[in-house]
Order: sequence, then C-alpha cells, then structure tokens
Amino acid sequence: MSVLDWFSKQKESNAGRRAGRLDIPGDLWVKCPSCAAVLYKKDLEENHKVCQNCGHHFRLTFEERLSLTADAGSFREFAAELSAVDFLDFEDTKTYKKRLEENQRKTGRRDAFVCGEAAIHGYPAVLGIMDFSFLGGSMGSVLGEKFVRAAERALEKKLPLVVFTASGGARMQEGLASLMQMAKTAAAVARLQDSALPYIVALTDPTTGGTTASFAMLGDIHLAEKGALIAFAGPRVIEQTIRQKLPKGFQSAEFLEEHGFVDAVLDRQEIKNHLAKILKHFVQPAEQR
Amino acid sequence: MAEKKKIPLEFEKPITELYDKIAELETLSREQNIDMTSEINAMKNRALELETKIFQNLLPMQIVQISRHQLRPGTLDYIQLLFTDFVELKGDRVFADDPAIIGGFAFYQGQNVAVIGHQKGHDTKENIRRNFGMPNPEGYRKALRIMRLAAKFGFPVITLVDTPGAYPGLGAEERGQAEAIARNLQEMSRLPVPALSIVTGEGGSGGALGIAVADKVLMLEYAVYSVISPEACGSILWRDAAQSEAAAQALKLTAPDLLKLKLIDGIIPEPRGGAHNNHETAAQNIGQAIDVFLREYSRQNTDEILAKRYNKFRNMGFFK
Repeated sequence: MSVLDWFSKQKESNAGRRAGRLDIPGDLWVKCPSCAAVLYKKDLEENHKVCQNCGHHFRLTFEERLSLTADAGSFREFAAELSAVDFLDFEDTKTYKKRLEENQRKTGRRDAFVCGEAAIHGYPAVLGIMDFSFLGGSMGSVLGEKFVRAAERALEKKLPLVVFTASGGARMQEGLASLMQMAKTAAAVARLQDSALPYIVALTDPTTGGTTASFAMLGDIHLAEKGALIAFAGPRVIEQTIRQKLPKGFQSAEFLEEHGFVDAVLDRQEIKNHLAKILKHFVQPAEQR
Repeated sequence: MAEKKKIPLEFEKPITELYDKIAELETLSREQNIDMTSEINAMKNRALELETKIFQNLLPMQIVQISRHQLRPGTLDYIQLLFTDFVELKGDRVFADDPAIIGGFAFYQGQNVAVIGHQKGHDTKENIRRNFGMPNPEGYRKALRIMRLAAKFGFPVITLVDTPGAYPGLGAEERGQAEAIARNLQEMSRLPVPALSIVTGEGGSGGALGIAVADKVLMLEYAVYSVISPEACGSILWRDAAQSEAAAQALKLTAPDLLKLKLIDGIIPEPRGGAHNNHETAAQNIGQAIDVFLREYSRQNTDEILAKRYNKFRNMGFFK
C-alpha cells in the first residue's frame, strides 16, 4: 500500500460522509445557528422565527416585527418618502448608490428605519422599527431624520415613543454625517425627556456601535429580546484589542440585564404584552371600534 | 518638546534633510569663519518653498499621520499654554478616574471656564498610562460631571478632542461605554452654558463626539474627524486594511472637506509644518478662536443658545 492510497481512501470516506447527509433544499429547511437543529422553515415562521428546539431567536424583518407588535391594520406610516443620497460619491468595492438600490430592491423599503403611529393592544404610540436586513440596519441621515420626526410626532400628539433597534452602527458611506446622527437623535431624545412622555426602547439582535451609543441607550425603559447581542464595540473588535477570547454570553441581553442596562429580557412572543403593560401606565387605550 | 528627538514622517523627510544641511553649513561657516550667508539664505528659501509645497499637497492619509503625531500638542499642553490656575477634577464619583480624559476649572484671560479634553502621551510610558487617549466609560462620566458643575456655576465649557476612539475593552462594555457616550450626547445637547469644541488631533468616532456636542465645533488645520478610522473602514468595506488611503479619501475626514459639508463651523490654522513643530503658535491660534467664541456667546441668552444648538444638529444630514 503506497502512501498515496491513504489520501484516496480519505477522499472516499469524505465523499461517503457527504452522501450520508440530508440533501436539504435551501428554501424549505433552515439550520439553527445555535443548536444546529434542522428546522422546517414553515414551522419556524409559524413560531415567529424562534427555534422550537433551543429557543434561539432568528432576526426579523420590518414586516415580521410590525405584525408581531402593532394591532392588525393599526399602523399609519409617516416620513416614508425620505431616501438616502450618495452625497460623498462614496465608492468602495461598490458605489453607495448601487448598495442603496440593491437594498431597496431586496427589502422593498427606502431605508433601514420605518416609523408610524400604531396601536399596541389598543394603546396608541409612535412606533419605530429598524430593519437589519437593510444595509445592516446602519444609521445614516435618513434614519436620523426619521427618528427625530418620530420623536417630534410623539411630542406633537402626546404619545409614547416605542423603538425597536437592530443595527450594525453608523453608516460609513455617509462619513462624518452619519456620526452626527448620534448627536441629532440624542438631542431629540433630550426634548422627549423634557416632556412627560415615555420613551421605550426594545433592543433586538444585533444592536451595536453608534446606534447603541445614542438613542438606543437613552430610553426611560429598556427591553431586550432574549439572546440579542447588544454592544458598543463588536466582539471581534474587542478580541483583536485584548487578544483573548470573550467569555460566553458577553454582551448578550442577559449580560446587559445583569449589569444594569436593561429592565427586562423577554421572549419574542412576550414583548407585545409587556409593551402594553408598560403603556397602560401612561396612556388610555383607543376606543374600541 | 525640543529635547525629544523628532522622527520625521515620510513626507517630511526632504524638508528635515534640507534643514539638517542648513544647520551643517551654519556650523561650518561659524567654525571656519567663512561667510556663507547668501548660500544659507538661498537654501532657507528653498526649504520654505518645499515645505509650503508639500503641506499644500498632503494626501488625506498623510494628514491622518500628522493628526496622530506623537509630539502634537495635547490637552495638557494647551492648558499650560493658554489657561491659568487650572484646577484638575478627577473621578466619575462612581467607579474610577480615567486618565484618558482630563478636565477642570481654569481661567481664560481672566474669565472662568471649564476645560475638558482627551489626553494621549508624548511617549510610550505616558501613552500606556493614558490608554493612548482612549477613554473608558468613567472618562465620559467624569466629563459630564465637570460639565454639570460648569452649568451650575455658569462657566462656558471648552472641550479639546483628540482620541483614536472610545476604548473597546471588556470592562468598558461591562460598565456601559455606549450608555456613557449616549448620556453625554443627550446632556450636552441641552447644557445651559455656551460650549465650544475644538478637534485638535484625532477625532475618532463616538469616542470623540462624546465630548463634542457644542455650539461651535472647530478643527485644527491638520486634525481629522471621522465616523471610523481609515484602517478599520478599509478592512470592513474593502476587506483590506491596506486600503486605508482609499478609505481616508472616501470618508472626507479632513477639516476643509468637513467645513464644505457644513459638519464643522471653522478651521484654526496651524503653524508652518504642523502644530507638532511649534506648540506655542498652535496654542496662540487656538486662543484666538476661544477669544472670538467667548466674546460672541457671552452676550447671548441661554434659551437662544440652546435653540440654536438643537437646530444645528437637528439639521445635519443629507437626504431627499
């Protein structure tokens, strides 16, 4: 037996193993990144994208989050017409303009934040939802402007403001203007703080960078979805800085609760009820129609 | 700073070489008693021309290098050169003192002010003590504590910005780096005293903005201000940290570019060859800007100042 045979044998066994695996059509089944269970996509969606096996929360799109949060048919969007411009002619491996077009096509939305008036178990509120699937939920000028308009609408209509965050941070393609959205949104929260209107933040996976370091950490009440990554610096950046592996669960919703930055860590299905329970302290439910 | 040996930046080398030659000639002429005044003057003119030409055509990444120069004056240098009776305040009253941010009360030409700034070191030892000017949450909370005291006593606030960014460390995350920065942004937006921020070196992202929400935001000529470092931007968007030059170009992080975008309010000129070559002149120029600011804002009432500050940041952003 020559040395070469060892290699051919290994190849064979590899191939054998591959053949033994389930042939999973990509659009019917999903593998849970947490417990590796293979989940039937339809079941997963019926379970609001929570793994039936381990409870891992998959990320939601804007539409999915909205339908889980607002009463059916209650959402009245505003500032929907705003869209981003490539004012720096920013080009990395692609132009910003191209990236925007691709993401708009993919999500059917103009940017990573949607806001409107809504009812949550009958309680009226201004509701803002970030969509991570749009350019990583990055905060650019449109997001900043829409957030401020949502805060202004809350002030004008004397409504609570509820915001779901999901963001990789500031949008680099808008340069320093994206950083300034942190100041802009924080200043708008300051105006809300000066009123007697509650501002509630629901932190979902992932919330990092400039988003966390501005309006996401300024709520009167912070809720977080189970297992969500909530951070200033992302885990990879920290690992590179301190040159060691991070402890398990570091920067998770549970970790933030333990360290005093979150009021409640909730299962996805509990959030709406919990929001309604909070809102009950501040507003009257709309008359039943 | 004269006693410290200066290592020239790559693009500064032709200039320093020329100045070295001039020094050599001067020694020679003195020792040998030969009159070489005309040659020396001609060379001095050439050096001046060369320096002007090089500094007029700097690439963004070269400006980034100047902004990070180890001998570039920092907050403590400016405090020493511009203010009197500085009383340093330490600690956030909760957890610790953070040497990466310093602050306290001082007089600027007899007027009460609060001065707060990032502090790097001019050598490795000092840099390690100061964590290279990268604050932990305590730094931001100390800064806020000083700002609130300033508001209580009616002192204008002057902040000097020079940081690679807020520290991305384990403890920083545990103690709420994001919350500390966010809180500062919110509170600075409604701080009831005039506030001036000057980016003196590196304006590194949220770590810089955390003390830079002000009525007027100025930059030194060769300072930079960016949402992300060109190296990190290169490695994320181009998947190659070596693309930092392209990233620096694309991010528009220099003072003239940011002024054009109306994201800053003005530029403070630097001495020929950059602030690291002449701390005193750099300080004088900053002093002039502080002077103008204090004069303009001492006459305005608080509500007016706060409304203008809110609108200034409210109107930032580009969309259709």
